Amino acid sequence: MYLRQVLTIAAKDLRAELRTREAVNASLAFMLMILVLFSFAFDPGNSDVSIPAIAGGLLWIAYSFAAALALNRSFARELQNDCLDALLAAPLPASALFFGKALANFALLLAMEIVSLGAFSLLYNVKILAQIWSLLLVIALGTWAMTVMGTMFSALTVNLRLRELMLPIMMYPFLVVPLTAAITLTSDLLNGTPLGGNNILWMKVLLGFDVIFTSLAVLLVDTVLVG
Amino acid sequence: MRERIKYLLLIVSVTLIFWSLYKIAYVLPLQANVAAYQIVYLHVPSFFACFTGFFLGLIASGMYLATGKFKYDSFAAGVNEVALMFATAGLCSGVIWARYAWGIWWTWDARLTSMLLCWLVYVGYLMVRRSVEEPTHRAQLSAVLSILGCVNVAFVYKSIEWYRTQHPAPVLSIRNGGGMGPGMEAPIYWNWLALVCLGVVIAMVRMQQGEMSREIDALRRQAHSY
Repeated sequence: MYLRQVLTIAAKDLRAELRTREAVNASLAFMLMILVLFSFAFDPGNSDVSIPAIAGGLLWIAYSFAAALALNRSFARELQNDCLDALLAAPLPASALFFGKALANFALLLAMEIVSLGAFSLLYNVKILAQIWSLLLVIALGTWAMTVMGTMFSALTVNLRLRELMLPIMMYPFLVVPLTAAITLTSDLLNGTPLGGNNILWMKVLLGFDVIFTSLAVLLVDTVLVG
Repeated sequence: MRERIKYLLLIVSVTLIFWSLYKIAYVLPLQANVAAYQIVYLHVPSFFACFTGFFLGLIASGMYLATGKFKYDSFAAGVNEVALMFATAGLCSGVIWARYAWGIWWTWDARLTSMLLCWLVYVGYLMVRRSVEEPTHRAQLSAVLSILGCVNVAFVYKSIEWYRTQHPAPVLSIRNGGGMGPGMEAPIYWNWLALVCLGVVIAMVRMQQGEMSREIDALRRQAHSY
């Protein structure tokens, strides 16, 4: 029952997104733009610059910027025609609404990230296929952290003045921990170091963050949305 | 009763501060090997006081969510504001000290980074409070943020330490320079007490202001409804 409510919300969000392609187009273009801009921040042709060593940082900065852009729309989209009030009046708990939206955001972000991972590998000549499954696992866990915090703050800021500005300002200090973990792991994987040994600590940090903040969000989202 | 507690705490804190200033200036032994070391007597206690404040803010926010009484919200807001002030004081004094002792204003050491992030989290908290008009909504959002913020600060603190220590030895480490001289620790704890008392006084004043402004708002709404 609960699962079906979650899936209904997620399907609704995905359908709306795929019909308008508002967030996807903007975020994907933004992500690629950032990747192009990085080539001016340093010289990729210079052999002194080790791209795999900084690849994790580059990728996750692009991801987190695009995530802020996409997640901002998640609840703001429902303000038109008072859709948010209708959703809150619907017979489903606030946490189901939250999970549904988070799931849709997660799927969208993950799809965009995989596309830009390919573009990144192509543009910067980084080999990603060697440990692709570990890499995808890290990306999925990091993206879930971004999605949970982003959806939570999207709900929190939806009625605020300067909403577009408040979300990133509040979200990034919360994303530092998962981003640090994801950046370290991604750089390790792109350098050819497998998961395990030293970097298993970061996997634990990432997992711990996901679990703790997902449960906090579920506990608190009712207060934020319904009051 | 509340007024009396306020003045009592104020007297305690002012006395303690002047007493410890006297001790720092005239009684405690000089540490010739560390530049401008006296700053530590206010630098460390202001961080202690700041974390005490954030912790009290967390408890007050939880109490607000549990009971829905506005006095807890006002207290949480006041205490978090004061704690942010102590964090700012600690960061500023640290930056000044770093310029003397290390020759640079800032370094991305684990503690400095996590403190800066903690500061940013609570700046966000205050910004949210300012941008919500409706008192109930504001109280709920800020209570949620205070709880999330506290958990995040704990996370940041641990993980950045791991991050930085995994790297080859940091250029500068506060820890290696630790080891206080005899008699140096006591003034730090006394100053902590003094700053906490001062902070509670300011938080109480802010709490009263919050209660008053809500009262005024209610009266105004009542006047408009006639």
